[in-house]
Amino acid sequence: MNALDELVGMLSDPFMQRALIAAVLVGVTAPVMGTYLVQRKLSLLGDGIGHVALTGVALGWLVGGAMGVVPDDALAIPGAVVAAVIGSVIIEIVRERGRTSGDVALALMFYGGIAGGVLLIGVAGGSSGNLMQYLFGSISSVSPTDLWLTLILGVLILAVGMGLRAALFAVSYDEEFSRASGLPVRALNIAIAVIAALTVTVAMRVVGLLLVSALMIVPVAIAQLVTISFRRTMALAMVIGVVVCVVGLSVTYWQTLSPGATIVVLAIALYAVVAVLRPVLVRRRPRTAHDPHPDIPDDVHVEGGERCSA
Amino acid sequence: MSTSPLTSPDLPRASSVEPPAIEARGVHVRLGSSDILRGVDLTVERGEVVALLGANGSGKSTLVKSLVGIVPLAAGHVRLLGSDLGPRVPWAHLGYVPQRVSAQTGVPSTAEEVVASGLLHGRRIRLPRGWRATAREALDRVGLADRAQSAVHELSGGQQQRVLIARALARSPELLILDEPVAGVDQPSQEAFAATLTELTRGGMTVLVVLHELGALAPLIQRCVVLRHGLVVHDGEPPHATAAHAGPDHEHLHPHGDDAEHGASAGIDMGLIDAPLTHHNPAPARIDRGAAS
Repeated sequence: MNALDELVGMLSDPFMQRALIAAVLVGVTAPVMGTYLVQRKLSLLGDGIGHVALTGVALGWLVGGAMGVVPDDALAIPGAVVAAVIGSVIIEIVRERGRTSGDVALALMFYGGIAGGVLLIGVAGGSSGNLMQYLFGSISSVSPTDLWLTLILGVLILAVGMGLRAALFAVSYDEEFSRASGLPVRALNIAIAVIAALTVTVAMRVVGLLLVSALMIVPVAIAQLVTISFRRTMALAMVIGVVVCVVGLSVTYWQTLSPGATIVVLAIALYAVVAVLRPVLVRRRPRTAHDPHPDIPDDVHVEGGERCSA
Repeated sequence: MSTSPLTSPDLPRASSVEPPAIEARGVHVRLGSSDILRGVDLTVERGEVVALLGANGSGKSTLVKSLVGIVPLAAGHVRLLGSDLGPRVPWAHLGYVPQRVSAQTGVPSTAEEVVASGLLHGRRIRLPRGWRATAREALDRVGLADRAQSAVHELSGGQQQRVLIARALARSPELLILDEPVAGVDQPSQEAFAATLTELTRGGMTVLVVLHELGALAPLIQRCVVLRHGLVVHDGEPPHATAAHAGPDHEHLHPHGDDAEHGASAGIDMGLIDAPLTHHNPAPARIDRGAAS
């Protein structure tokens, strides 16, 4: 009964209750947008947005201090939301231009975001130590207000990310075809970027800005080891996200570990396990285990009808 | 411009004659510092089957991309199915088949999911009811009904190309625009494609197809438009098979000559890149995404 008592103890702790709710919300929402980012080969976008959000955190702090708001970091999360959304739209515009210098422009934004955050927090009278909880997460200090904001943003992310799945998939899979279908490609692209930005700010409290991207990407990476469809990849990634978030957080109730780092290490360990077990897990699909296209005699057309063997 | 009656955008013309499927006037396309198209006129009437031919770098891929709004026009005017290029085009009636994108490394997706994305167009951004049946039907038309649940990246090149054709057919288009549908495609898929296209054109579909050579499609083609250096140099009867390859200024763009494999030509006509530099790259050079593969 000892283990059960411990469990009940954990679940009756109001801090832990809030933390668990936040962890579930983040575990569900982060992989949704992560699936689109992996599809577009923008796995590091979340990371970049996280850097920019740090400036928003510091800016919120600065504004909050100037306005005399009671907890001086009350505006930190709204600041992060605003900065992340603006940053993501700029990143999307740079990406759309498709210039080779886009890479450099993104790097400028990422590091400008970190440096700006550290500088502004100094101006606001804090130290860079105040930023640590945003960089590495502070799920144990989630307030009821934070939770409501997380809930509202989480619902918005799920509504857009799943409600528009077909269109977001289309534009992520083949942007040119979507354009040739008359779809509002730019609006959809910006929707993905903005929703990804919201995801970053939602996940910020749980795993921290530096590890946000891991929670968006690693569950998807695990899922796609064993799936062959986009829909199932997303669904499985959401399940994995919830499991690693809840398990990782629960571990830190008993062990003094950083929740964010524990969750991410857990996810990566799971990736390693699934990658090793993959041959066993996917064997039940005989068609893909054997020659994937046995009805095709040869891909090389040789004049004279001869076929060369590969 | 002499086409001003055509460019009045607002009034739906009550003429009894259906407007042409494609009506392009003075199309200029500039990418970077190079003029890819330098004033192309092209009209495709309803029910016509037109081949767009030309050497690598002649601008034929860029032309179809500009017709469907992928590549912006520097000058000129395009009307599709009677509407100016833009939101007013009846996108539900237009199917576009791009050149096959080389091996995707993103999230796995099934043939059915890819084909279903063809059911979205214009303001329709959610799948209609019964999308699964419609997608299967389209896959059936290209002979891939049994592959609906296969991951696209596990299919052969020719099968992937057929999936892209099924995606365009899913919405039952009146006008089909295809960009090198048989480049680098295995022989059975080429034959399956020719059979599919024959059936579609019998049903009255308008087709504009970019080809490197007429090949198995020759019996279907009613008219050929040949591009060279961004200009139309021939518009009419299908030219003799080798005519497009015999131009004196052709050799430097096409150093492999006629023995170049179809696969080798697939990479070049992306149109967005300088042709000669990437000619030897057999895989289509996708440069629009910055991330490492």
